Amino acid sequence: MSEEISLMKGNEAIAHAAIRFGVDGYFGYPITPQSEVIETLMEEAPWKTTGMVVLQAESELAAINMVYGGAACGKYVMTSSSSPGVSLKQEGISYMAGAELPGLIVNVQRGGPGLGTIQPSQADYFQTVKGGGHGDYRLITLAPASVQEMADFVALGFELSFKYRNPAMILSDGVIGQMMEKVRLPEHRRRRTDAEIREQCPWATLGKTPDRKPNIITSLELDSEVMEKNNERFQAKYRLIEANEVRYEEVQCDDADYLLVAFGSAARICMKTIELARAEGIRVGLLRPITLWPFPTKALAARAGKVKAMLTVELNAGQMVEDVRLAVNGAVPVQHYGRMGGIIPTPEGVLEALKEKVVR
Amino acid sequence: MLQEIVISGFGGQGVLSMGKILAYSGIMENKEVSWFPAYGPEQRGGTANVTVIISDRPISSPVVNRFDIAIVLNKPSLDKFENRVKPGGVLIYDGYAIDRKVQRKDIDVYRINAMDESMKMDNAKVFNMIILGGLLRISPMVELENVMKGLKESLPERHHKLLPMNEQAILRGMEIVEREQQAEVPEGITH
Repeated sequence: MSEEISLMKGNEAIAHAAIRFGVDGYFGYPITPQSEVIETLMEEAPWKTTGMVVLQAESELAAINMVYGGAACGKYVMTSSSSPGVSLKQEGISYMAGAELPGLIVNVQRGGPGLGTIQPSQADYFQTVKGGGHGDYRLITLAPASVQEMADFVALGFELSFKYRNPAMILSDGVIGQMMEKVRLPEHRRRRTDAEIREQCPWATLGKTPDRKPNIITSLELDSEVMEKNNERFQAKYRLIEANEVRYEEVQCDDADYLLVAFGSAARICMKTIELARAEGIRVGLLRPITLWPFPTKALAARAGKVKAMLTVELNAGQMVEDVRLAVNGAVPVQHYGRMGGIIPTPEGVLEALKEKVVR
Repeated sequence: MLQEIVISGFGGQGVLSMGKILAYSGIMENKEVSWFPAYGPEQRGGTANVTVIISDRPISSPVVNRFDIAIVLNKPSLDKFENRVKPGGVLIYDGYAIDRKVQRKDIDVYRINAMDESMKMDNAKVFNMIILGGLLRISPMVELENVMKGLKESLPERHHKLLPMNEQAILRGMEIVEREQQAEVPEGITH
């Protein structure tokens, strides 16, 4: 971390962090509320300094397929969009998962379905963690709750993505993307040399090498026997990720009678609700999943024995609540409170829901 | 110290940039800050508001529903935020755009004729700086020196020649803000 503190939007933090991490290429297409990512990259013009490519593609489909191509060469490549644009990228994400390609996708969610609104939402939870594209694949999903995490998760996303050769997503929303907070940007790292990429990514397609068989990057396999084996390999990798990469934060849980479960902007709102509730003598805590997949199932199951009830708070009609219910497996009641279509819940609204639905 | 502030007006009035300068000023004093905008698709003519929080402690939610200070620069903003000022809190309005009386009796109300003043100064662009001056007079949450530093940080270098004019507008705002109503706060209520 550098000592220098900046004030910037979450979207801007993503762009600065990408340059500083030594990303090789960004391919995107503008859409509110995430356009500051590509705008900031264009302003910073990293092709003049680090050599990073920044390209506004002709569409979201083109952008994700450029990411596929760059990733096949072992490069650090990324794209970003908002909900309708991310729907368009789903085919490419599924292909990346099938071809075991690393890469980072950022979704700054807005209200849907369809073109919906330009205001914040978390209604793409299902799409992201249950497989928005086709096939049995999983997407490593990081949910930032601050501008600082927007910056930090660029590096984390790439590290996890390359460690497991699987695409990763930063699932953000219009609140975190558009708000400004203090941020300490990471130190500059130089981009990897071709030799380093060759060494770190022996699977990458980097041209003819006389002493080995050609590398082939594809998701196509016409022999079902082989394709099942591929799937078994993917599943084994997913189990490994589930065992090793769960991340979450617990806030004031130790003495809590009730537990709020929320990610991203909803978690920030819940932190204010905790202040309001505790001022009234209601002992409530928060479990904030940082990885939405892998999901903090065990941590929730452990909390289930210690609280009377749980309330998930989401900017949607109730999506993560299903995973929380699976995690606690009936041990405690789990209710949901959410607002939809771009409306942001207020801390007071969450408190009211908590009293109405959960506190007995 | 925790100040939860909303600034609301028409797009193009400098609502968002005024909030940004306030947030930068907070950083200059090593405070925690957050800035969260809400606006429609249009940049000019629509309504825009921004929530700015300045605090000594880490900020929980950047989105809040009740405010210590509401600065309203048009009638729709007054209608939207009057009832969301905390009891004993502050409402500041621009006299030019708002012709109705504030209904609440339990808040401090200040009027600042910033639009008129910016026209007198022959510079509509300093309107938001006049308002900022009024705010700092009422609630000196940040030092003027740090506001000027914050302004310098938030303005591109090519606009730095405009800094003295902005400072003048802030000082003018401090002079012309007037208290219209003192809150009738029942005993024992603090915010």
